[in-house]
Amino acid sequence: MHEMSIAQSLLEIIREEMAKHDAKVLRSVRLHIGQLTAIVPESLSFCFEIMTNGTELEGAKLVMEVIPLVGYCESCKKEFEIEDYAFACPYCQSTDIKTISGDELSIVEMEVE
Amino acid sequence: MKVSVVKNILEANERIAQQNRALFDEKGLTVMNLMSSPGAGKTTLLEKTIDALKDHLRLGVIEGDIQSSQDAERIASKGIPVVQINTGGACHLDGNMIRDTFGEFDFDSLDLLVVENVGNLVCPAEFKVGEDFKAMILSVTEGDDKPSKYPLMFHESSVLLINKIDLLPYVDCSIEKVKEEALKINPHLTIFEISCKTNEGLTQWFDWLRQFVEHRKASLAGNA
Repeated sequence: MHEMSIAQSLLEIIREEMAKHDAKVLRSVRLHIGQLTAIVPESLSFCFEIMTNGTELEGAKLVMEVIPLVGYCESCKKEFEIEDYAFACPYCQSTDIKTISGDELSIVEMEVE
Repeated sequence: MKVSVVKNILEANERIAQQNRALFDEKGLTVMNLMSSPGAGKTTLLEKTIDALKDHLRLGVIEGDIQSSQDAERIASKGIPVVQINTGGACHLDGNMIRDTFGEFDFDSLDLLVVENVGNLVCPAEFKVGEDFKAMILSVTEGDDKPSKYPLMFHESSVLLINKIDLLPYVDCSIEKVKEEALKINPHLTIFEISCKTNEGLTQWFDWLRQFVEHRKASLAGNA
């Protein structure tokens, strides 16, 4: 259940950003959750709700988008979706792969007032 | 009003982990983050590793557990500096918890610091602590479906130790399937097949670890 620690870090960033923009109300937060991360969106949602209940952030919506794993082959320079966590190039079988997306855990947008 | 943010949620931890790593590098210290599910044999492997390498390398250990200091006592009885972290419920160690132990060690007199993470095949993979590399143990009693069920752990680890191979005749676990699945997720994984009960395969692991630490020390000294 590391979603609790993740929710805590998330709230720290939210409060920091709200202060920066002089915002009083948080409507929603949008997250990108990479397919490779071991985050269960329902658990994160649950932790976020518990931690915001009774605070100035109560009622804010957490919108989570799961980002598929995309790799780039350093050998044949092609981009491809990594299926079944197979980190090899489907074109040339090289294992010299760079992960382009799907390992991120980031906050991308907030709607505030 | 919509505000674009684009920030890594784990950024705060990763910053601390980087600071930890910078200090370890400065001290010429190799740090291994050892992970597995509960009962896979982390502490037993560590005891065996200490016995085999303590005349060659100066070791220190950080023990992470939710509760109790039993593991730290096992390590301390070997005469090795050890600090127990009790996370009090948290399922993983993070950069901050490791930093909090710094006052307890004399890093100038260590070559290898092993961080034994909380037993858990999910959460520790997500949090860097400042390690040079992650090593994980999978015991054959856990089954050969674990790589595909817990891909992040296998993807993040540089070393996989398949433990309890003496039990293979009694369990439905294909070691070939474990290796095949693990290498699919992480083609660069170094794999050892070991038994801490019969000592099978352990010599290869000790040699590999000793060489890794010596190379790392030499390359850090070269850069200084």
